[in-house]
Amino acid sequence: MSSVRVLVGTRKGAFVLTSDGKREKWQVDGPHFAGWELYHLKGSPADPNRLYASQSSGWFGQMIQRSNDGGKTWEPVDNKFTYDGIPGTHQWYDGTPHPWEFKRVWHLEPSLTDPDTVYAGVEDAAIFRTADGGKSWHELSGLRGHGSGPKWAPGAGGMCLHTIIQDPSNPSRIFIAISAAGAFRTDDGGKTWLPINQGLRSEHIPDPTAEVGHCVHRIALHRSRPSVLFMQKHWDVMRSDNAGDQWHEVSGNLPTDFGFVIDVHAHEPETIYVVPIKSDSEHYPPDGKLRVFRSRTGGNEWEALSKGLPQKDCYVNVLRDAMAVDSLDKCGVYFGTTGGQVYASADAGDTWNAIVRDLPAVLSVEVQTLP
Amino acid sequence: MPLRTIAQAPSEVLLEVQGQPTQRTVLDALEARYPMLRGTIRDHVTQKRRPFLRFYAAEQDLSFEPLDAPLPDAVVSGAEPFFIIGAIAGG
Repeated sequence: MSSVRVLVGTRKGAFVLTSDGKREKWQVDGPHFAGWELYHLKGSPADPNRLYASQSSGWFGQMIQRSNDGGKTWEPVDNKFTYDGIPGTHQWYDGTPHPWEFKRVWHLEPSLTDPDTVYAGVEDAAIFRTADGGKSWHELSGLRGHGSGPKWAPGAGGMCLHTIIQDPSNPSRIFIAISAAGAFRTDDGGKTWLPINQGLRSEHIPDPTAEVGHCVHRIALHRSRPSVLFMQKHWDVMRSDNAGDQWHEVSGNLPTDFGFVIDVHAHEPETIYVVPIKSDSEHYPPDGKLRVFRSRTGGNEWEALSKGLPQKDCYVNVLRDAMAVDSLDKCGVYFGTTGGQVYASADAGDTWNAIVRDLPAVLSVEVQTLP
Repeated sequence: MPLRTIAQAPSEVLLEVQGQPTQRTVLDALEARYPMLRGTIRDHVTQKRRPFLRFYAAEQDLSFEPLDAPLPDAVVSGAEPFFIIGAIAGG
């Protein structure tokens, strides 16, 4: 019988939640790396027992941990992320030039086919790659070398490269997103990158339709249709049907189109999920009601999913890497909150239950569907 | 102490240092024995001490001493330890 493993990164450690395919009873293991910030953990699609974790702290900097046994034991691997050449400057919050400085790894994306190959999205924004299981990391510096870097600026959480998506049908194509620069695509395995922000409109930058400068919070795709992208921007939920060449808004009837997460149903490429958040200053759900919104039409028409979620006095946030889906039938949907709850739905969002309620603030949620 | 957890090391480590014992040579020797500590005490590139760590020895704060300054005799002789301390800050 299939089982599910949920990897949860929090402000004070990592947790591994496991269940059988019914997804009713859960075992909670952790904290791993107690006291450290775990921005992200993810398993290799090619070897589900190979996990990678980004562990960081204000005292001791960045560590990368690797597990070969599904998270039971871990070993530190290389933590040296050195920018190629002279890093140059990006814009600081006040608009002045600010030197590129490595701060932390936000996101680890293992290769779809090789357990030893992993991409890392870092702050200040850049993408790194290891091909030896984390023993060494090398920048794909064509991204920073695109030439628009001096116009990139940090979002409130820093200038982070937080989203990395590999095209399952084309190994040379990767999508990434940066707050606040926008989305980029490579079609040559990371040598050169193209900004893919046409159609985005951001009122907080001098030219709302500029080539770069957009605060993209998250991108998602369905592996059967990798040219269809969905985006939760700072404000606006967007869709592209041509691999990011052009975007159009699909916020439709959402109560607010601000938010962080977006994800796609494992078996229905037109079914997508977001968690609307009231505004960029408030960072909590409208009316104190935590609701996931689902569109079965690829956007524009949204329905609120609230059964099992708090509908009174709820003021948590759901951060950009904190939603994931499993590939069971029915599709499981999971998300974590800054209040420490991890919610799961075993019926594609119709009903929800808290797997665990009192973890440290959740930074990331990933799911592995195991045979 | 997180550094001890990372390195799976005891609270006190005896190190043989090549040449004059200084902050730099002590940290070089420590990182040679425990490579997983590279980057956690001082920056990989700049070699600067991480701001929330301090170096104490023989009741002195050596954090702002030059990296290549000789350590106190009591540390060199092994009578006193060289402390790497995490600041009490943050949450």
